[in-house]
Amino acid sequence: MFAQLGAAIAAVVLLSSPALAESKLTDPQIAHIAYTAGNIDIAAAKQALTKASNKDVKAFAEDMVRDHEAVNKQALDLVKKLNVTPEDNDTSKALSKQAADKLAELGKLKGAAFDKAYIANEVAYHKTVDSALETKLIPSASNAELKGLLQTGLKIFQGHEQHAEHVAAELK
Amino acid sequence: MQPGRLRLIAGVLSLAAMAVPAHAATITIVMENLVVSPAEATAKAGDTIEWVNKDVVAHTATAKNGDFDVMIPPKKTVTYVLKKAGTVDYYCRFHPNMKAMLKIDSEASP
Ligand SMILES: [Cu+2]
Repeated sequence: MFAQLGAAIAAVVLLSSPALAESKLTDPQIAHIAYTAGNIDIAAAKQALTKASNKDVKAFAEDMVRDHEAVNKQALDLVKKLNVTPEDNDTSKALSKQAADKLAELGKLKGAAFDKAYIANEVAYHKTVDSALETKLIPSASNAELKGLLQTGLKIFQGHEQHAEHVAAELK
Repeated sequence: MQPGRLRLIAGVLSLAAMAVPAHAATITIVMENLVVSPAEATAKAGDTIEWVNKDVVAHTATAKNGDFDVMIPPKKTVTYVLKKAGTVDYYCRFHPNMKAMLKIDSEASP
């Protein structure tokens, strides 16, 4: 329930915030949003590594830290190469705010309740980011290399979404 | 080319084939941008599969039937010798949207 609500909020933030409502996002904004979205998942995973009890949930959190760090490093290398400075924007800000609220909410949970809520949120969060990538970020990206990185990112995140769904199914 | 010459080449080739005992092959399978190619490969038991991961994230080749579970770190190549014949569906544990298949025939009889 909370996870669904959180996902709904994230979806609204990503798909209808002022920045995204504009005709087109710029590459510096897109880079910032993608990087922020990755960092949010790393922070969530690091919280899970200190709080999770189930071994599959812990392993999933480790995978998230490793993959999102690798993708974000690649993103940083690319913006450096392209001489692009990621630009903070309303979408990134709204995402960060929503993620901070989620961390606080999950922080109050313990044991199996935490495990379930974390994984449910991971399913929802990856779904939201995937749909934002597909419908907004990838179509808006002008630079071909940035677009390519986002397209690979989408496939990685879709994989995470399926992985999270498997873990969630095992917890039931 | 004259037929005689062709026969000669064929003869040399078959001689070469006899001289070298039927030895195991190495099959290369590339993982790039989360796509496994070829997605379907044919091999024999005793052959070596060489999985090449060109991505910045780690992948696995995990057999659905439990026959193998190979981890391929980012930008690395990992080899694995096929032990059993059979048709094996495998996937990546980290990104289950990566799926592929190996058709493994029994070891060639001498
Ligand atoms: Cu993978």
